[in-house]
Amino acid sequence: MTAAVTRRSRRPKGLTAHIVLVLAVLVSVFPFVWTIVMATNTTQDIYKSPPKLTFGSQLLENVRHVLDTIDFFGSMLNTLVVATVTTVLVLFVDSLAAFAFAKFDFPGRKVLFAMLVGFMMLPLQLAVLPQFILMSDLGWVGTLKALIPPALANAFGIFWLRQYIENGVPDELLDAARIDGAGFFRQYWNIVLPMIKPALSFLAIYAFVGAWNDYIWPLVVLTDPGHLTLQVALAQLHVGHTTDYSMVMAGVLMASVPLVVVFTIFARGFIAGATEGAVQGS
Amino acid sequence: MLSHWRQYLAISPFFVVFGVFSFFPVFYSLYLAFQRWDGMGTMEFVGLQQFRFLWTDPVFWMSIRNTLVIWVLSTVPTLFGALVLATLLHSVRRFKGFYRIALYLPNVTSIVAVSIFFGAVFSNNFGLVNAILGTVGISPVPWLSNPWLIKLVIALLMTWMWTGYNMIIYLAGLQAIPTQIYEAAKLDGAGPVRTFFQITMPIMRPIILFTVIISTINGLQSFSEPQVLFGSNAANPNLGGPGQAGLTTLLYFYQSAFVNNDYGYGAAMVWAFFVLIMVLVVVNWRLVQRGRKS
Repeated sequence: MTAAVTRRSRRPKGLTAHIVLVLAVLVSVFPFVWTIVMATNTTQDIYKSPPKLTFGSQLLENVRHVLDTIDFFGSMLNTLVVATVTTVLVLFVDSLAAFAFAKFDFPGRKVLFAMLVGFMMLPLQLAVLPQFILMSDLGWVGTLKALIPPALANAFGIFWLRQYIENGVPDELLDAARIDGAGFFRQYWNIVLPMIKPALSFLAIYAFVGAWNDYIWPLVVLTDPGHLTLQVALAQLHVGHTTDYSMVMAGVLMASVPLVVVFTIFARGFIAGATEGAVQGS
Repeated sequence: MLSHWRQYLAISPFFVVFGVFSFFPVFYSLYLAFQRWDGMGTMEFVGLQQFRFLWTDPVFWMSIRNTLVIWVLSTVPTLFGALVLATLLHSVRRFKGFYRIALYLPNVTSIVAVSIFFGAVFSNNFGLVNAILGTVGISPVPWLSNPWLIKLVIALLMTWMWTGYNMIIYLAGLQAIPTQIYEAAKLDGAGPVRTFFQITMPIMRPIILFTVIISTINGLQSFSEPQVLFGSNAANPNLGGPGQAGLTTLLYFYQSAFVNNDYGYGAAMVWAFFVLIMVLVVVNWRLVQRGRKS
């Protein structure tokens, strides 16, 4: 009797939760679906009253317009190069520093780490203007080189990896390696790096997505129209009064596909990593 | 010292890059705030003049108001919605992974793509929202020209992007609460609402505090949304849309520093804004802390 009552009272509650969650999923996924609808129709069809709500056959035509208007593949290649170089360097710089902070006691360690955590609080906007001046002194304004150094100072990555190494890499293992004569860099390369792969892959996606989606800094520093990143090129599609929305949405779609594919492949690990980081970070 | 040279070598790339490209620039911008400089000619020390001008600049204050309104309109529904969704997601058994991924997806899309999308959907004359309203006989709503609706659209955009992110953080917090506490509450006859307010909320308070602070810092820095939405550029006098209703402080900073080449004024503005953000962070922190005592 009691069991039956509990079961009956529990099932509708779970159902309500699922209904609300499914509605939320629809809201969160709708822009992706509607982007495809717009990108596969003509602007006239979309802006008819009532609008066309189904997929059309104009995708290739719209894509061709995008390719005529902006150097899509050129800017995609630029973005890919910048995001890849940034990601690899962030992983290397951050893991090396995180290892030193996690497993070694050297004079000034606490102070330096406290400084690093303090840096995480500094809003980057304060630095944008002098960064621009610095880049123009170096003669890097307008080049892709200018995008990489500011993205390398990723204090969050060190903070996060340090915690992971401290708990995830046993001291006994490092001691054993030391007895075998392995120095600091051998331990880093042969023991630590292989052991922190999950943490590295989370940081890799985090850094890559961040670099891929960055907008303000490339907008400021990339003055040469031949050297744009994808986001800046995309924003340029949108300029003007008579926007061909189907064409613009085809561009949005083309620019979003690679990232959404990468994210859905690695999503499970990424979200697990984000959850872990959030708990530890708070 | 010397015996640890390898450790110092290992941490030096970060500190060198950070020093040159972040730390030094932050303080150099403070120095710039006391100068008049267009980036080309000679620098002229003007003391507090930039800040005095800032204080009397109506556009600056309007940008502050715009930023604060957009921030409140987006943060409140984002954090509330995230908490509700996280609680629901925590309670279900099936499809957990799917929900998490689908609800987090908005946060990895680019802000440029999302802004363009919202611009199309809320377009005044033909956008989807007005088309749907039209089918039920409501005349078109001027989403992108009414000063309040402009802010509302930007806030909706930010809510769409950040609810899933905060939900993941809350979910992590909920998963860390031992289930025994809930079982004990159930034995004592506490219903779901009471359990939520008397157990879940107090335990979650540090995590809620964390998200409030992060949302304050992120939410006050809105720039790309109005910049892309209204195609704001050098040739566009209506920076931030009609009536400049979407002109946020960072957008105004961008205009002053990089369009008008008024480096000193831009630096003063961004520093004043930083102080304001810090004040709001402290106020929010106090508010959430005080809630704990009562």
